[in-house]
Amino acid sequence: MTIVDVRTPDPKKFIKGATGDWEIVIGMEVHAQVSSEAKLFSGASTEFGKDPNDNVSLVDAAMPGMLPVINEECVRQAIRTGLGLKADINLKSVFDRKNYFYPDLPQGYQISQFKQPIVGEGKILLDMSDEQVEIGVERLHLEQDAGKSLHDQHPTMSFVDLNRSGVALMEIVSKPDIRSSDEAKAYLGKLRTILRYLGTCDGNMDQGSMRADVNVSVRRPGGEFGTRCEIKNVNSIRFVGQAIEYEARRQVAILEDGGEIDQETRLFDAVKGETRSMRSKEEAHDYRYFPDPDLLPLEFTQTYVDELAQDLPELPDDKKNRFINDYGLTAYDADILVVERASADFFEEVAKGRDAKLAANWVINELFGRLNKEGKDLSESPVSAAQLGAIVDLIKEGVISGKIAKDLFEIVWTEGGDPAKIVEDRGMKQVTDLGAIEAIVDEIIAANPEKVEQAKAKPGLLGWFVGQVMKQSQGKANPQAVSDMLKQKIGLE
Amino acid sequence: MTDLTKLTIAEAREGLKKKDYTSLELTDAFIGNIEAANKQLNAYVAVTADKARDMAKASDAKLAKGEGGALEGIPLGIKDLFATEGVHTQACSHILDGFKPAYESTVTSNLWADGAVMLGKLNMDEFAMGSSNETSYYGPVINPWRKKGSNQDLVPGGSSGGSAAAVAARMCMGATATDTGGSIRQPAAFTGTVGIKPTYGRCSRWGVVAFASSLDQAGPIAHTVRDSAILLKSMASVDAKDTTSVDVEVPDYEAAIGKSVKGLKIGIPAEYRMDGMPGDINNLWQKGIDWLKDAGAEIVDISMPHTKYALPAYYIVAPAEASSNLARYDGVRYGLRVPGKDIAEMYENTRAEGFGEEVKRRILIGTYVLSAGYYDAYYLKAQKVRTLIKRDFDLAWQNGVDAILTPATPSAAFGVADQDLHSDPVKMYLNDIFTVTVNMAGLPGISVPAGLSEDGLPLGLQLIGKPFEESTLFQVGHVIEDAAGSFEAEKWWG
Repeated sequence: MTIVDVRTPDPKKFIKGATGDWEIVIGMEVHAQVSSEAKLFSGASTEFGKDPNDNVSLVDAAMPGMLPVINEECVRQAIRTGLGLKADINLKSVFDRKNYFYPDLPQGYQISQFKQPIVGEGKILLDMSDEQVEIGVERLHLEQDAGKSLHDQHPTMSFVDLNRSGVALMEIVSKPDIRSSDEAKAYLGKLRTILRYLGTCDGNMDQGSMRADVNVSVRRPGGEFGTRCEIKNVNSIRFVGQAIEYEARRQVAILEDGGEIDQETRLFDAVKGETRSMRSKEEAHDYRYFPDPDLLPLEFTQTYVDELAQDLPELPDDKKNRFINDYGLTAYDADILVVERASADFFEEVAKGRDAKLAANWVINELFGRLNKEGKDLSESPVSAAQLGAIVDLIKEGVISGKIAKDLFEIVWTEGGDPAKIVEDRGMKQVTDLGAIEAIVDEIIAANPEKVEQAKAKPGLLGWFVGQVMKQSQGKANPQAVSDMLKQKIGLE
Repeated sequence: MTDLTKLTIAEAREGLKKKDYTSLELTDAFIGNIEAANKQLNAYVAVTADKARDMAKASDAKLAKGEGGALEGIPLGIKDLFATEGVHTQACSHILDGFKPAYESTVTSNLWADGAVMLGKLNMDEFAMGSSNETSYYGPVINPWRKKGSNQDLVPGGSSGGSAAAVAARMCMGATATDTGGSIRQPAAFTGTVGIKPTYGRCSRWGVVAFASSLDQAGPIAHTVRDSAILLKSMASVDAKDTTSVDVEVPDYEAAIGKSVKGLKIGIPAEYRMDGMPGDINNLWQKGIDWLKDAGAEIVDISMPHTKYALPAYYIVAPAEASSNLARYDGVRYGLRVPGKDIAEMYENTRAEGFGEEVKRRILIGTYVLSAGYYDAYYLKAQKVRTLIKRDFDLAWQNGVDAILTPATPSAAFGVADQDLHSDPVKMYLNDIFTVTVNMAGLPGISVPAGLSEDGLPLGLQLIGKPFEESTLFQVGHVIEDAAGSFEAEKWWG
């Protein structure tokens, strides 16, 4: 296979070495657990957090004479994911056996797809701060997960938990199009967003639902691809970034010392923040792939694919464009809102029939800011979309000022309740009664004759007067009305 | 009273219905025969006498009320390859020591649902790998047949040697068997019994210990063509748990028996006439041709040019699949475990001690042909050969051929511990020369006893049919059976 380099070297991403610049080349293999009730080839449950070996069928334990039967839901989810990645869907694919011995691999082989995967080439768009980058997806295939060896249960023996054995995974392989740790993190984040939108993987990396194998090599900018090392099973986006930064520098150091990179599999040690060798190419397994004779080729019709395509939800890229075009949001705000489908939905509920930019501002700055500060998820938010919408309405209708709105938000956050009623009950209404405002304005003007004179020469001082009036009115005066009245009375018009 | 063990299934079915005897009496008669003969013949590796009697009593209760299934009260033997719940299921391998599954294979479930009675588990070549039943961990099965005037022990063929010997020696009315390259038809031919390997996908493989998944198929061994038809009808089914099983209605196979073969086109493939084939095999084949001609069938010469590649290709495909299928026997979850200093040594010790020589040989061959750098030259090429073999058959069917007649084996049964065969595994593999093509093409094939060799040993003829046309094989097979008569080993055991 020839690899086509689709990227132009970008000096901003180079590593400055002692002998010159180096460019990082990254490809990722992401294992994403398919959201399904049952495993890929058995009826056993996939529920997380059960006791060891609770979710094990005869097939998962590889009892003699047991046969795999494909779970159609997993196939459906793989196709939907392929569609979400704008990828080619293969109407015929083949399951192969990948043979190796390990105690948590009961069959002695993993059922995977080698030569003919269910999904072919696709792409993922990354919105970096200064550019949009397209990363090619090489393929997506379905395969079984392995079980887990437990080494801390007995002084001399290891135990095996087969709950994960046979759970469906999608292996999503990128092309080596990624050129920095930031892009790698953005790729993983975007992929997770797409999977969550589709509901084909929950993306919970801390539960192992998503893990990445990261292939890293370095080269002179735009030069021949270097020898790569594969960092296995990195289980957070942050660690992916750290692992790449460490690994790329390790390789640069070796090359600058006149050494060569050994093609090998490495592990990332999150505690020490370094990668270390797991096994070299010489120790690599010969997996002896061959088509699984227990399973017929997987075939479905284009009509089936088309039906799934029709039912696909709006994906983050489309949603972002719509938010920019229909709501007039900035790309930056739209990006933040579409990362999670729930955030986007929340925003749309707040924005419905209201000033969308104001709504976005309140969702992002006030609500998300507060949630972040308290380490809470949107689903745990004490302020509902309806409540936030009501606050936005009160601002927009001039009932409260922006400053009062922040106080109101605080009350709703801690005490709950109907914002309009709170404003009414607690006298938080903005004073638009010109008579009341005039009394304060007159009082301030009378008390500060020198400042009035100064303001006449330097109209910028008007702000000071506005501040004084607002202070006196405890923030309830309508700032626009105050400003207008001051201008008139001081004679700036 | 007549010897109940001499009855055919068809006869016993009537006798039980008429209450001439009970299933318990029938079952006890067979248990008696097993007890008397098994020390010498070694056909059973586990006898489930209590279970058999319980099942027989339950059948009798049903029969008394005029109820019961197609096999109500019929005592059968089950090849050790079939998972039987709570009962010895070890594929006659040391590595499955003590394994008693918590599940029942689909094929045996079908039999029990139809009222059959289980006598026990039958000896076989280890993991169904062998042509003489000498690779069993439980020792060889001895063929009830001997050469005229000789008391030399002969093999019953393999891998379903226990099934064939048990039927031939009246230790069961019929038996389940499996056939990956000839393991039903060759032992049937060696013991004067009828054995049919149905179309791939006709019987579920669920709960049958796998040897080579794309070739394995269950079928019966019985005394007569009719009995085989009765058994296959019960064994066959589509099964949601085996996605390679096929959803084609199981016909009433018995209805084909007795139907005239007039006008049927029987193909005689030139390539099955091998150099150095014994004269009596050639003569038998000619007799078969004559019988069918006399019965009104049209005999046509056909050519199957890729036949000679079938055996070498088979010995790539089958070991390749086996090497992977047998990886699960690792000492971790069930069966034998021989400890070692670490997990790798435990694997090595367990598999070194648990597998016999022939199984190891095939795992090695299979691992080799799937290895990086060899896959294309061996496995992929063998798959292409397989396609060509299928095409040979397809051409015959397209030319109007209804069934193909060949010898079942290139010789009669040979001696136990035959030095010549044991010194050269390839010679042993040649036993399957006429039968492997059928597995490679996924077709049905039946072996029907057709005569005796000069030494007085049984010989079989094989009929090969179109996919899911087992009925044609029963129809034509019955004509051969009618003309040839039946064959019974002279009793020297028990």
